[in-house]
Amino acid sequence: MPEDVNLATYNADALTEDLSDAVPATPAAAPAEKPRVETQQDLSAEIKALGDAYARALKDGAAPETQPRLDFPPYRSSLLRHPTKSLHHADPETIELYSPAFGHQDVHALESDLTIQHNGEPQGERIIVAGRVLDGDGRPVAGQLVEIWQANSSGRYIHKRDQHPAPLDPNFTGVGRCITGPDGSYRFTTIKPGAYPWKNHLNAWRPAHIHFSLFGTEFTQRIVTQMYFPGDQLFPLDPIYQSIVDQDARDRLVATYDHDLTQPEWALGYNWDIILTGSKRTWTENEALGAEGDDHE
Amino acid sequence: MSNSTKLVPTPGQTVGPFYGYALPYDKDRELLAPGSPGSIRLQGTVYDGAGHAIPDAILEIWQPDSEGNIVHRTGSLVRDGYTFTGFGRSAVGNSGVYTFTTVNPGPTEPGAAAFISVAIFARGLMNRLFTRIYLPENEEALANDPLLSSLDPERRRTLIARRDADGGLTWDIRLQGEGETVFLDFEGTGTGGAAK
Ligand SMILES: [Fe+2]
Repeated sequence: MPEDVNLATYNADALTEDLSDAVPATPAAAPAEKPRVETQQDLSAEIKALGDAYARALKDGAAPETQPRLDFPPYRSSLLRHPTKSLHHADPETIELYSPAFGHQDVHALESDLTIQHNGEPQGERIIVAGRVLDGDGRPVAGQLVEIWQANSSGRYIHKRDQHPAPLDPNFTGVGRCITGPDGSYRFTTIKPGAYPWKNHLNAWRPAHIHFSLFGTEFTQRIVTQMYFPGDQLFPLDPIYQSIVDQDARDRLVATYDHDLTQPEWALGYNWDIILTGSKRTWTENEALGAEGDDHE
Repeated sequence: MSNSTKLVPTPGQTVGPFYGYALPYDKDRELLAPGSPGSIRLQGTVYDGAGHAIPDAILEIWQPDSEGNIVHRTGSLVRDGYTFTGFGRSAVGNSGVYTFTTVNPGPTEPGAAAFISVAIFARGLMNRLFTRIYLPENEEALANDPLLSSLDPERRRTLIARRDADGGLTWDIRLQGEGETVFLDFEGTGTGGAAK
């Protein structure tokens, strides 16, 4: 284990309740000096140093990075949770070349509207988030599961570990699902989530985001990610967003405001397309025509 | 599609600490009803680089049935109690332990080593990790497996489950450090976030 891991910070990612049953306390014998509180300035300097190093590498001809770094120290919780060995290349085989099938038996159509799950209307700015799920070859991912979860408009999750002293909304749970259409399209009606504080460092705030979970046509395309909103002032300060060191890659997580999606006197529209990795399987003609999903049942 | 331009994939992000009320669902870890004929328990613990069990990871498995068939059946989210869909999801508890009720996967091709495909998500883990759980029994198939034979013995072991006395399987995950589990990159471009 790296010697300099500050366990208090490592374990304090969320505004958590006591996790003492899971995390052994630091030995009482060690009268370790109280770690200095890390400020946003400290973290921003670390993030900048990593960004500068990446810019130099790019200039020297390194290939652009397209995914987050698993080892990104400014996100303190990653310190003990990233593999230190390189990922091992493998050719996907058999089961990995297929994906679990989900259908309308699994997901009710109303689950895509997060504003109608209770008796009343949730507080906040009503929005529509819509887009398409495509594979790396531009093929629509049809009939597949999309799951989302998010904070409410004041930045609070319905989760026992979320201790942010912002109000819960009795009319908002913040969980939705849908099955993509034949063209890979998805669409959710929800409330714009608020930014929320966390304990990575002093005065750490996450930019507003919606968590997205996606399946492709092959299990190797499985991805969980976060969608952000355009123009957020917290982007440069956030270690999780900045763990993607490439600006073009980071931009791929930011939705676009889309006035054509906006509904008069009802909701603002945001468009966000999701690209999965390329297909590794040789497709049969039927599959290419979109016979995945429900048709098997 | 042969002449289409390759699109750049959307980056992943950590699952974060608050997936607990969104991703788990009723019977998510029961690919078969517990106690039904042929069912086994698959379980293990997720550890971090300090050797501590972590309480905020979630695993998914995807596997063929006991005959080695890859099924294409819906119904993983709303289980009818009879249909084997091959997919399951299990969040770990406070002690870092995940559990599934499933079947021993069959080999998908004659003589092939049988394995379960796994995706792991955790707070503090920037992107999901893929790996495999191999059944321990068929030595010859394991010896001939393309992935296993590309690994040195020390690392190879991390992908092979232990058979429990009750017929179940135990397989632990070590995200970092000694005995670090082998995690897979299917893209072969090296941009999957290998240690920098
Ligand atoms: Fe979040």
